[in-house]
Amino acid sequence: MASVPPASVPTLPQPASGLAVWALASREVLRFLRQRSRVIGALGQPVVFWVLFGAGLGPSFRLPGAATGQVAYAEYFFPGVLVLILLFTSIFATISIIEDRREGFLQGVLVAPLSAWTMVAGKGLGAMLLAVGQALVFLALGLALPLSWGVWQLVQLVLFLGLLSLALVGLGMLLAWRLDSVQGFHAIMNLLLFPMWLLSGAFFPAGDNWLAWVVHVNPLTYGLAGVRRLLYVHQPDAAVLHGLPSLGTCWLVTAAFALLTLAASTWAAARRGRGDLR
Amino acid sequence: MVAVSAAGLRYRYGGRLALEGLDLEVAPGEVFALLGPNGSGKTTFFRLLSTLLPVQEGRLQVLGIALPASGAALGRLRCALGVVFQSPSLDRQLTVVENLRCQGRLYGLRGAELRQRCRERLERFGLAGRAHDLVATLSGGLRRRVELAKALLHGPRLLVLDEPSTGLDPRARLVLWEDLRQQAAAGVTVVLTTHLLEEADKADRLAILHLGKLAAVGRPEELKAELGGQILTLRAEQPQAVAAYLEKELGVPPAAFNGMLRVQHPQAHRLAAQLCEAFPQGISWLAIGQPSLEDVFIARTGCRLTAADEADPLAASEDHG
Repeated sequence: MASVPPASVPTLPQPASGLAVWALASREVLRFLRQRSRVIGALGQPVVFWVLFGAGLGPSFRLPGAATGQVAYAEYFFPGVLVLILLFTSIFATISIIEDRREGFLQGVLVAPLSAWTMVAGKGLGAMLLAVGQALVFLALGLALPLSWGVWQLVQLVLFLGLLSLALVGLGMLLAWRLDSVQGFHAIMNLLLFPMWLLSGAFFPAGDNWLAWVVHVNPLTYGLAGVRRLLYVHQPDAAVLHGLPSLGTCWLVTAAFALLTLAASTWAAARRGRGDLR
Repeated sequence: MVAVSAAGLRYRYGGRLALEGLDLEVAPGEVFALLGPNGSGKTTFFRLLSTLLPVQEGRLQVLGIALPASGAALGRLRCALGVVFQSPSLDRQLTVVENLRCQGRLYGLRGAELRQRCRERLERFGLAGRAHDLVATLSGGLRRRVELAKALLHGPRLLVLDEPSTGLDPRARLVLWEDLRQQAAAGVTVVLTTHLLEEADKADRLAILHLGKLAAVGRPEELKAELGGQILTLRAEQPQAVAAYLEKELGVPPAAFNGMLRVQHPQAHRLAAQLCEAFPQGISWLAIGQPSLEDVFIARTGCRLTAADEADPLAASEDHG
């Protein structure tokens, strides 16, 4: 390779990964705030779910091993809604990659001096900030629940929600990188992401049938269990914690889940598909 | 020292060959146009040059860096490259200045320097008054200027543009060319693709691409002069009769298009005189001129630039998007 004569490339800026990650992440936040419908949808839908399912399923809900009415469905479902908020945010982040490609913004990013990892980290950080921010707003509603709160508990919860949202965003990006239509993504969402959430113990406790096995291997089960354990960290004997994996296992599995999906989406981002050309 | 040098450059999309051994060189500070119809391979060349696609076969050296490059070399090259895509690459939901800031940060600009460069570019491109408007609210011409301001923000040494005047009205095209000329005067090398003859005519040098191959390369006036002779264009009451006369009596078969006849001849003025003698009332309009780039294109490729679209098997699949 010939060396570049000094005359051909005078002082050009030095790219910095951290700055580039921040550029992409802050863009995600700006875009989110510009789209009022997205703000309303992302927060409103889980709240509506929580209120409607809480009211509708409440009378017939009985936690295994607990007496009827001991744990209200609204209380059981609360961590599920928190995770649902993270899932929705990850879905929006994923759709935004498809939109970036269709609207052409992505092509400019692809020729910028960035590594694939920087692209994934920027998108991931932006989505994580949005997800955790929205989850915190919803968490305020949790004050109505019979939970005891502490500062260290909140710190842990925020960190765990952040890690879990990174895992979900990574999964979404992995799917999005090969898709070129939002319609295609809806199919994947209904087929994979939503069932994954349903079978995580968010909606109903794992029973004794074949579903229990699916719940057991579903990585999101550990994300949900982690959120549940952290919400009840001051009430270790709470009936809702019965049969859940330990908090340590939850951290470990969720961290591995996040590493795996982020690494895989970096790999996918480093490969050029025809969809990247316009 | 050359800014861009390609030798035996080939590119394949699956089984379809889009570039079939391209050789060309672009000098620093030059405005270089790649002229060709859809499917000629010019967009593929643009993608290779802009590092959007990896080089598969042959040699491509850009600003002294051989492609495909990776790691630090690729990063260094990308820093020195400004890319303007044919389709928009702006975030429509951000304002003009937010788009520029995001771009600047991707290239490592920050703080006071970033703010100053944004301000300079906005003023230079007459966008200062629209800096805080959402891109979605701008006209097509203004958006194009933002694209250019964005590509130039980090001070690239090589500006690569794919069909830059697409969607621009004639006035905006003039302004675009003023901008490109100014960049070239400042030492920036400009490589652009186009399917418009009048645009290629404004370049310092141009390459004519046809079916993935180089059909001609040179300064526009050189290419036209190489054809030699003059071009006689005429409109006749009975074109068939005039065409037959030209072919049989004068031995110069004419080309017909848009209801007109056209011949290239070293002594076109003599032909004109003979034609006027033979058809005293039959010729309604006649002109003698120097060859145009269109004539060069016809002479080098055997087909017309606009008609080449349909004849080209590559056209449909390369121009997706």
